[in-house]
Amino acid sequence: MDLLIFQVPILMVQASMDGLLLGILFALIAYGMALQWGVMNIINIAQGELVILGGYIAYTMYTMGIHPAFGVIVAPIIMFFIGWLLYKLVIYRVVDRDLFISILATFGISILTQQLMNFIFGADVVVAQSNFGTTMFFEGLVTLPNAKIFSAVVSVIFAIGLVIYMRKSKLGRAIRATAQNARAAKILGVDTEKVYAATFGINAALCGVAGSLISITFTLHPYVGLPYTVRSFMIVIVAGLGNLPGVALSGMGLGVFEEFADYILGTEFRIGAVFILLVLILVYRRFALSRKREYLK
Amino acid sequence: MNKIIKFTLVLLSTLGLILGTTSTSFSKVEGDKIILGAAVSLTGKYSTNGKHTQNGYNLAVKRINEKGGVKVGGKTYKFDIIYYDDESNAGRAAQLAERLIKQDGVKYMLGPYSSGLTKAIAPITEENKIPMVEANGASRSLFTKGYKYLFAVLSPANQYLEVAIDLAVEKNGGKGVKIAMAFEQDAFSQDVRLGVIDAAERTGSEIIIDDKLPKELNDMAATLAKVKATNPDVLALSGHSKGALTAIRQISEMQVDVKMLAMTHCDASKLAKQHGKKSEYALCAAQWHKTLTYEDEFFGNGIKYDKDFNAEYGYAPPYQAAESSAALLVWKDAFERANSTDTEKVRDALAKTDMQTFYGNIKFGSGGQNTAKPMVLFQVRCEGDTCENKVVAPTKWASAKLVHPIPKWSER
Repeated sequence: MDLLIFQVPILMVQASMDGLLLGILFALIAYGMALQWGVMNIINIAQGELVILGGYIAYTMYTMGIHPAFGVIVAPIIMFFIGWLLYKLVIYRVVDRDLFISILATFGISILTQQLMNFIFGADVVVAQSNFGTTMFFEGLVTLPNAKIFSAVVSVIFAIGLVIYMRKSKLGRAIRATAQNARAAKILGVDTEKVYAATFGINAALCGVAGSLISITFTLHPYVGLPYTVRSFMIVIVAGLGNLPGVALSGMGLGVFEEFADYILGTEFRIGAVFILLVLILVYRRFALSRKREYLK
Repeated sequence: MNKIIKFTLVLLSTLGLILGTTSTSFSKVEGDKIILGAAVSLTGKYSTNGKHTQNGYNLAVKRINEKGGVKVGGKTYKFDIIYYDDESNAGRAAQLAERLIKQDGVKYMLGPYSSGLTKAIAPITEENKIPMVEANGASRSLFTKGYKYLFAVLSPANQYLEVAIDLAVEKNGGKGVKIAMAFEQDAFSQDVRLGVIDAAERTGSEIIIDDKLPKELNDMAATLAKVKATNPDVLALSGHSKGALTAIRQISEMQVDVKMLAMTHCDASKLAKQHGKKSEYALCAAQWHKTLTYEDEFFGNGIKYDKDFNAEYGYAPPYQAAESSAALLVWKDAFERANSTDTEKVRDALAKTDMQTFYGNIKFGSGGQNTAKPMVLFQVRCEGDTCENKVVAPTKWASAKLVHPIPKWSER
């Protein structure tokens, strides 16, 4: 137990801001996961690897002398096609099967992607430099790296853009219809195969955006994908499927909770604390739902 | 058509089976060759350092063979190494050690990369009474188990940052300092942490922050904010390459001012190259640096080793390669002193090793660790945009003066 944060209250501002910025980025990844989970009923274990792959695209641009921030435009385009390809090669075979099969299949993709990234980009930990500088508040006591602010802003833009796209566009409506009832949508003329492929592509594109942002805010390595998968999985579980504002809220909430857990319980417990919270939320929802006699969709 | 495919398949698999089961069984010494075995990480997360390890081994084998090989009992032998890829996986490394010993008949082992994999292999070499000279497992726990067949040419992990604390105390006029530290939760980093705690007790220093970073963590912002709020004299960090790169990124972003920043894995992570000026003044612990003035008859000195390695593999050798080369020099020396290829005699000769190599002095303590070689500290210094590691301690080899305290971010 560490009381430093109560002795130096300005740390609370720092912790909240760090948590929010971190949470928004995670929420973007979780957003993609929720989308494809809801539409295709697939839990994508390779989510983190897709994120890291997106990061490597931005990093490759950086090594060619292009500012890595442009990765947020290039990476999603490339990742969309990689996602589409993955669907055509593997995912379409497991869409209608039970959850276990899809977990196995995406687990396979995740191992393969890790090894391919290791093969292509090497096993070194790499970073891309944005040189965006830092914004300071309270005479330098609270610092916010501009790269993290940039990440949060870009994440919000993409998230809002996607919500609008889902409401307004034809494909967006088809995706939502398929999510509600794939069979009925098919009968009414929706090409569900195409919808699935597009959904998987959109998810990969979101991962591409998040990856580019991670290349300038954190570090890249072929084997660091798993924490991103686990985190986005948790955010989706807490928010519930099909609840997109919930994903944003739970992403930020978990981010802030994690930072405070770090200050108060110690760094070694920060991830453990989040998991305990997850268990509590699930237990609570189990009771809440059984009272309502409803089931998770 | 189908039949032909089936027939070829059956033929191929039969051939595979025959080849797989009757592969020539190597023995310890074949003709004029002394065969060493090694499982190294050629794929997986340690593949970069695994490659450095293998290159270090190979360069030394080549050099020793060129310079006349190993003379045992009036006969000249050449070294040869059987390699397997352990996929950076401890379970796989242990299996491969079994295979090297039981199937390939290897009687002399070289170590893998990393403390974790060395820990996985050591019980097996120990059980089979096969001596192993390892160059990349520094964890203190390797040397407290009473292993009799394990010899490490490198200094144990707890020594990595002790020197830095001593240096900070010296600069503080001999008075204790305030230390903030953050170490990843893995065997190596936690050993480094124990060393810092020992040094703090010895010098009357106070530890004000002691964070243990989860392996999955990519973010040190909370730790660094605490450091900013408490203003310690020394910030000590260790968390492999990921930790080193994350730390420098966030220290520069958050403009954390400390008098001394001591860390590990600066060269493995290519810190000076990747972060440039942001990494300036970071103080890094290393097993070896090319400018040290140790000498031997095979590689000359560090500068020459650096040149030869560069000519052979096209990059400057990190210390992981240098220490791996040193392991082969130890083997050669032990074989010649034992004047026998008997494993027990060679083991006893290894235990009595007392020699100088280009990499440093080597003399094994009772636990198998090298007690004769101090760690070196270098500081990242920049001229213009090019940053380099300059040795600052021990003073005997210093090529630059330590900059202490580190200039504040606002003044840089």
